[in-house]
This record gives sequence, C-alpha cells and structure tokens, in this order.
Amino acid sequence: MLTEVVQLVLNGLMAGTILAVPAIGFTAIYAVLRFPNFSVASQVTIGAFAGYVANVTFGLPAPVAVAFAFLVAGFSGLVCDEFVLRPMRPAGPLAAAIAAVALTIVLENVVRFWFGNDLRGYDLPVLRDWRFAGLRVSPQQLENGVIAIIAMACLFGFLAFSRMGKAMRAVADNPMLASIKGIDSVAVGRLVSFVGMGLAGLGGMLLGLDTSIDPLTGFRAILTVFAAAVVGGLGSIPGAVVGALTIGVAEELSLLVLDPAYRSAVGFVAILLVLTLRPRGILGERAF
Amino acid sequence: MENYIVAMLVFAGLYGLMALGLNVVWGMAGMINLGLVGFFAFGAYVSALLTKVLGLPIWFGVVAGAAGAAAAGMVVAMVTAKLRGDYLAIVTLGFSEVIRITASNEIWLTNGTDGISGIPGPLRGQVTPEAFNLIFLALVAVVVAIVVFLLQRVRHAPYGRVLRAIRDDDQVAAVAGKTVIRFKVEAFALGCAVIGLSGALYGHYTSYIAPDGFVPLITIYIVLALTAGGTGNNYGAVVGSVLVVFFMESTRFLTEVVPGLQAVQVAALREMLIGGALIVIMRLRPGGLLPERLPRIDLPESNLPQEKKAT
Repeated sequence: MLTEVVQLVLNGLMAGTILAVPAIGFTAIYAVLRFPNFSVASQVTIGAFAGYVANVTFGLPAPVAVAFAFLVAGFSGLVCDEFVLRPMRPAGPLAAAIAAVALTIVLENVVRFWFGNDLRGYDLPVLRDWRFAGLRVSPQQLENGVIAIIAMACLFGFLAFSRMGKAMRAVADNPMLASIKGIDSVAVGRLVSFVGMGLAGLGGMLLGLDTSIDPLTGFRAILTVFAAAVVGGLGSIPGAVVGALTIGVAEELSLLVLDPAYRSAVGFVAILLVLTLRPRGILGERAF
Repeated sequence: MENYIVAMLVFAGLYGLMALGLNVVWGMAGMINLGLVGFFAFGAYVSALLTKVLGLPIWFGVVAGAAGAAAAGMVVAMVTAKLRGDYLAIVTLGFSEVIRITASNEIWLTNGTDGISGIPGPLRGQVTPEAFNLIFLALVAVVVAIVVFLLQRVRHAPYGRVLRAIRDDDQVAAVAGKTVIRFKVEAFALGCAVIGLSGALYGHYTSYIAPDGFVPLITIYIVLALTAGGTGNNYGAVVGSVLVVFFMESTRFLTEVVPGLQAVQVAALREMLIGGALIVIMRLRPGGLLPERLPRIDLPESNLPQEKKAT
C-alpha cells in the first residue's frame, strides 16, 4: 500500500513537471496580456504535431524534435495573436477570450484537415522500465521530465537576467509604470505570445511522448492546465509550477478512490475548491 | 426536403433559445459563459431521465431540466461571483467538460457514450413523423415567442437596467446600492434556465442524446449566433440563430462542390468556417446585424436642470 502511494506520488510529480510547461505558458500570457488565452489548447496540439513531423517524418530524435515543437507553436501563437487576438483586446478581456476559443476551433481543425483524426505515436526507442525498491520509472518519463526542467530553467534564467525578461516582468507587474519607463508593451506582448505558446507546444509534445496524439490532444489537456494555473495563482509563474505539481499528484492519488476516467475532473474540483477557499491561489495576487 | 427544412427550423429555434439564454448572461449582465453546451446537456439529461426512466410527463421533465440547469448555473456563478470575469470563463469551460466526462462514465445513470435513446416526444408515434415535426416546430416557435416576450419585459424593467449597469461598470452599480453579486448570480441562473430548457426540448425532439452531441463547438455556434445577431438584443439572438443554422447547412452543400476531399477534411473545413466566421464578425461588426438599442428614457422636461437643457 505504502509503495503504491509512493509510486503514485512519484508518477504525479513527473506528470506535474511536464504539466508545468504549458501551465507556465498560459499563466505568463495571462500575466502580461491580462486575458485567459484559451488558444493554448490548440498550440499544445500544434506543438505535438510539429514534434511528430520532426520526429517521425524527418527522423530527428525526440529531444531535438521538442525544440522544433517549441518554435512552430511559438511562431503560430505569435502570428495568431498579432492578427486575431491583439485587435480584439481593446474590446475587453472577455471578448478576447471568446475569440481565443473560436481560434482554438479553427486551429484544431487545421490540424485535423492535414492529419485526420487517427491516433499517432512518436518514433521512440523501446526501453525497459527502471525498478528500485519496488518503484517503477520509465526512462522516457524521466527524459521528458528532464527536458521540462531544462525548459523551465531557461525561462527562469531569461526572466531573471535578460533585459527583455525583466521588461516582461515589469509589464506584468505594472503596465502603466512600465510604459512610463519606456518599455514597449507591444513588443513585450509579442515576446510573451511567442514564448508562452512555444512552451505550450513543447508541453504538448512532452504530453504526447507518454501516450499518443490526435487533434484533440490539446483540448483534453486544457482543463488540467487551467487547474494548474489557477491553483498556483493565475499570473504567477512559480505558482504555475507549484500548481502543476499539486494537480499532478492529486490526479494520481485520485486513482486510489476514483475511476481513471475522472482524472481530469480532479482539476475542475481543484479549481472550485481554490476559488472558494483562496481565490488568488497558492502564490498568486488578488483575484478580484 | 420539406422535412429537412422543418427540422432545420426546429434547430434554429433551439439554438435561438440558447442564444437568448446567453444574451441574458453575456448581453445583459456582461458575464461570460463558455460552457453553455454543458448547461444544455444538463437540461437534456435531466428531462430525458425523468421522462424515460421515471415516466413523468414531458412538461414536467422540461421544467425540471430548466430548473436543474439554473441550479447548476447558480452554483457556478456563486463560486466565481466575487472574482474577475476570467475565472468564470475558465470555470464554465471546465464545467462543460466535466458534464461530458460524467455523462460518458456514469453508465448506470446515463448509459455512457451509447447515450439514451427512446426519449418520449409529444404525440410521437401517434401521428406521422411529418406531423410530429410540424407539431414540434409549432411548440418550439411558441416557446421562443414566450421566452422573447418575457426577456423583453426583463430587459425593459428596472431589473434589466440594473443588469446593464453591472455589465457596463459593476462598481458604479455597487455604489448606487445594488447588490451586484446577487444580480449576477440571478442573471446567470436565469440564462442557464433558458439554455437548459432548450436542451430538454432537444432531447424530446431527437429522442436520442449522447455525450458526443454536446461538444464545445455548439458553444461556438451559439456565441456566433448571438454576436452575428446583435449582443444585447433578444430579437438579434433569434435572427442570428436562424442565420447560423442556414450558414452551417449551406456549408454542407458548399463543401460537396469541392472535389477530392475526405469526409474528415470536409468536417474540419466546416468547423474552420464556423470559428473563422465568429472571429471575422467580432472584428468587423462587433455590434452584429441588429445592434443593441438602449431603451429610451424620457425624463420630464421641467425636472431637468437648466444647464443640462442647453447641451
């Protein structure tokens, strides 16, 4: 029993590490552009398929394909924001949110148009699970976790040390003050769209490496991504990491008492609980 | 062909009801509901189960479906009432997914992904299918007319004015002594009741409901219908729904013209058109075809201060 719980917690931490990547993308875009950009769902799918093309069609190894997923999803996110969502933002965050859902439908169907509805799997070496002290870890999961951690470390380095990263945090913190200081908020918006959606795409590929992908990959993951962002505190990047780990572990532990089909409902319950008890989330700012 | 047109008109009416419900939530009170398909499904399941399993009369099922959706809406709204609108967007979107997951997995109750078939409909089996179609169309038309009439009353009443005030600036409404949270929760529940009513009727019309029928795309249809028709305008909601059904059905014929596409590609193309249409309309004509016109309020001349009169 104890080993089982430890195994579930371990699985949850690894799943949470991967989940943190798209959750950071969602929350970072929220922090800077101040609207829930639901089109992360479609960029998760686009990243997963971009990685699939790089991995299966061009035969690149998974860690290289992941970079490709980041670039394609980031670029797609940037273009979509520039031409679809940015013009909508003056009408208010909710209008932009609605447009983002419409955008998700469009992009998801672009993927479906080219790839169909079939499930696809990546071209991966078959490896035996590692076992120690009665616990199982698959090398692939570990590799995914390491990629996720490297991506997050790069992001934290970028935000902490680079000029552009500092500008991004400044806009997120206080847009008015940032613009008085001469920070170009439009450029920062473009950058956060690129990086945020790139992370969503990278996360999409990491999610797909574990299982398989289809045009609905992103949409199925989205509830969990929201849950991670809201539990951690919408708009807080460290919060997204904490939230993702929490949701990852909670989802796995729910298997002890719930049917596996309800895993993604765990995220919803977590959202309701957090909004009722502590709306700003674990590390977030004011929520109203 | 006539049957097809009648069926499409019934769907236009059902979508119209949903658009009217969304208009209360989004058009009047300015709250977002990205999970309206979830409330639609909730109403459909409640009514289908009550009438089919418990054998209760259809009218009772429909009323219970609307009431159930309203109760669900009330809970969702209460959780997020104090928070920024973004949170309501996330929670409603999540709600519709959870409803779909539950409907797919609680097999003892909902028969899972196989869905519920044989839902009774008014006079179904006693008249020809053509006559049933026409009777149901008349029923839906009457329901839409009643709902439009009632919601117009709400819109012109002081209550509607408060909702608009909350939509435009809830702080000002609060300063004016309105209990913003109560109004928001009530408006959300009222809108969800209308959406649930539509769902209940949908089940009784098609006689079959399944989780596959309640996909997020339907939410987009309705948002498109309301935006195209005119957010805030009850007539616009109905007109927009007719247009959306017409548009959807014409794309069905349009894509038959494009040769060499597989079925899945045609389906993808149609969904792209729907999403694209919403984005284009929001960009180019955010007010819709029938933009909201605020009710005129004639103030008595003599009470106006002098300087106001001059301007």
